[in-house]
Amino acid sequence: MKKLMTLLLMALMVTGLHAQSKTDLPNITLKDLNGKDVNISKLSNDGNPIVLTFWATWCGPCIKEHNALNDVYADWQDETGVKIYSVSIDDSRSTAKVKPVVEGKGWDFEILLDVNSDLKRAMNVSNPPHTFLFDGNGKLVYQHTGYIEGGEEDLYEEILKVAKKKK
Amino acid sequence: MRKHILFLLALALTVSFRASAQSFLKNSQVNGSFQTDAQYYMLDPGIDINDLYGKKFGINGFGKVNYTNGDFSAGLRFEAFLPELNGFREELKGVGVPNFFATYDNGFIGMTVGDIYDQFGSGLVFRSYEEWSLGMDNALRGARIVLRPTKGVTLKAVYGRQRYYWAPYLDRNMSFDDYRGIVRGVDGEWNLNQSIPALNDSKFRMSIGGSFVSKKQEDQSLFYYIPENVGAAAARINLGYGNWAFSTEYAYKINDPSAINNYIYKEGQALLASLSYSQKGFGAVLQVKRVDNMSFKSMYTALQNDLDINFIPPINHTHTHSLPSMYTYSTQPNGEMAAQLQVNYTIPKGTALGGKYGTKLAFNMSQVNDIVRDSVMDNGHMVINRPGSLGYTSKFFAISDHRFFRDINFEIDKKISKDWHVTAQYINLYYDIETIEGHAGAPPVKANIAFADVTYKINRKQSIRLEIQGLWEAEVHKGYEYEESEKKDYQKRGDWAAALLEYTISPHWSFSIADKWNYGNPVAEFRDHYFTGNVTFVHEATRVMLSAGRQSEGVVCVGGVCRTVPASSGVTLTVSTSF
Repeated sequence: MKKLMTLLLMALMVTGLHAQSKTDLPNITLKDLNGKDVNISKLSNDGNPIVLTFWATWCGPCIKEHNALNDVYADWQDETGVKIYSVSIDDSRSTAKVKPVVEGKGWDFEILLDVNSDLKRAMNVSNPPHTFLFDGNGKLVYQHTGYIEGGEEDLYEEILKVAKKKK
Repeated sequence: MRKHILFLLALALTVSFRASAQSFLKNSQVNGSFQTDAQYYMLDPGIDINDLYGKKFGINGFGKVNYTNGDFSAGLRFEAFLPELNGFREELKGVGVPNFFATYDNGFIGMTVGDIYDQFGSGLVFRSYEEWSLGMDNALRGARIVLRPTKGVTLKAVYGRQRYYWAPYLDRNMSFDDYRGIVRGVDGEWNLNQSIPALNDSKFRMSIGGSFVSKKQEDQSLFYYIPENVGAAAARINLGYGNWAFSTEYAYKINDPSAINNYIYKEGQALLASLSYSQKGFGAVLQVKRVDNMSFKSMYTALQNDLDINFIPPINHTHTHSLPSMYTYSTQPNGEMAAQLQVNYTIPKGTALGGKYGTKLAFNMSQVNDIVRDSVMDNGHMVINRPGSLGYTSKFFAISDHRFFRDINFEIDKKISKDWHVTAQYINLYYDIETIEGHAGAPPVKANIAFADVTYKINRKQSIRLEIQGLWEAEVHKGYEYEESEKKDYQKRGDWAAALLEYTISPHWSFSIADKWNYGNPVAEFRDHYFTGNVTFVHEATRVMLSAGRQSEGVVCVGGVCRTVPASSGVTLTVSTSF
């Protein structure tokens, strides 16, 4: 048994040796709105920043934050190339509502479904909304929990710090 | 010779170990989070808190650490309930590390040992999850294997025993009140669009899946023959074409007499289906559900939310404002028929009604009724739900006149100008408090509820928010002389008014004061005010919240699972952070 454990541990060490470039995006696979698998560690945005924001259809402040982000998203994309991934932590009681709510509210983000909170646990999210900012190399540079009016402006200041100059 | 070989081997291993250890450390990441909720309770005769029963403090806390290195991850969670906050289960009291896991997943194969959270399909036959704010955790301690043999195909197998507060996981832990069974399950899912290249970018989308779960429990009953193996199976399909989506799952369980279903030997069934249409600016979804004797727990004597193997989602709208959320529906696992319709529409920008920013509208309606139960022959008598019998028969499409719940609501969300934002909602509610909360003999709640939530942005950093709510209950016996024994069932009944004023300074500060007033309670002595004050400080992922005041008796629901919270008065401090 002990030998088996040692072997297993060694196997893991060797895999560790082969591990690829370092990213703070966890190795968790979620589904998009069309049911396709999306591995979070493989998210990329041509070297531009990535925002990952956790929300749920039943979370009031999350809806406010998303509405506020959506109002400025097109401008932000032009200016910084940022891409927003919006991770819904709705479970099976409301997953069917996610797409109608997203479309009905006219949001333009990439939506991912974290039906059993796998990514939520891996990223230590306690309560939504919780927003993470990654630079172009997938390194975590800023996070913020909760939403209060004007919070999107503070996020944008952080995005500007890591964005490649576009103009 | 042998010695030499051993020596060389050891040397080689040491070298490779050092090399890999360095790389192992270089690529490793550690993250985690921490939260503590502490309450100090005070006497408050105004809301009938005349005795604290020796409990002045309650603290719920956890800290967790995750370690990740490429395809490998591991973590553990420490928990402390010293003692548990009021409204949480007494069994939680204690300190320890109830949760740990190690996972290796290279995309083709994934293995986890330790405490597992997973879900098959929509959870009708298996879901293990954790919800801190409810003190609920049914993690499966054991092992899981996930295989992805080809693109679009996922196969899973799980095996283990569920968490039951702090009870140890010994193999034969046959104490009088703990004889949890073993849970094992397999699940497969096939996404055709991902595995068939021709369908990769097709407008037509399809995936199918199926699962089988069984529990093995020991029969400790003196009165009934408890089946030692109970199996449940489910099948599901998701279809989509363009803007349309349809999904459904059906689950079946063999006879499973338990404390929840009154020890009847009937099979269980559940069906969940949804149809939706969405395009930019418009989304609609219709859902239906049928549940018949579908409580599935790994110990047949377990009650409430303990040791649930499956999860039957309530599909009604989840309200977040304090008055409508006083009456939140929770699934009746023994039987219900439910339907829900939700429509979201945004009136486009630049139109007469849309204005400069567009106007967001939402309509939602849901209703839940009981199933129809017909009697069965048992020892020469026609009976319904008699313990030890086959229980009842039920026609699949028949709906009982007994209504549990109905909610019709309409919401408008409008940004009026750069500085002003208004959200308003009207709700018509029917809530069978006798069935849902067990207040025997209490009449159902029939209420109209309205609220308006107005935000004014003073400048880039500061804003003010005012929330006004009213709840008017139509038919509650006002002016009726209640017997002392009846009174407790009317604790939160009748008309309510509530207001909240919040001042925020982005990104760190929030200050609020609020009052809830049960001015129209049919029992004069319950016409109380519930004042609270709250200060919150947020810095990045750290949140500190201090609040003081009264909390009314009620139900806190997260994820469709609820716990009752007793009335309390005192000070609450919450600190949470993640790194």
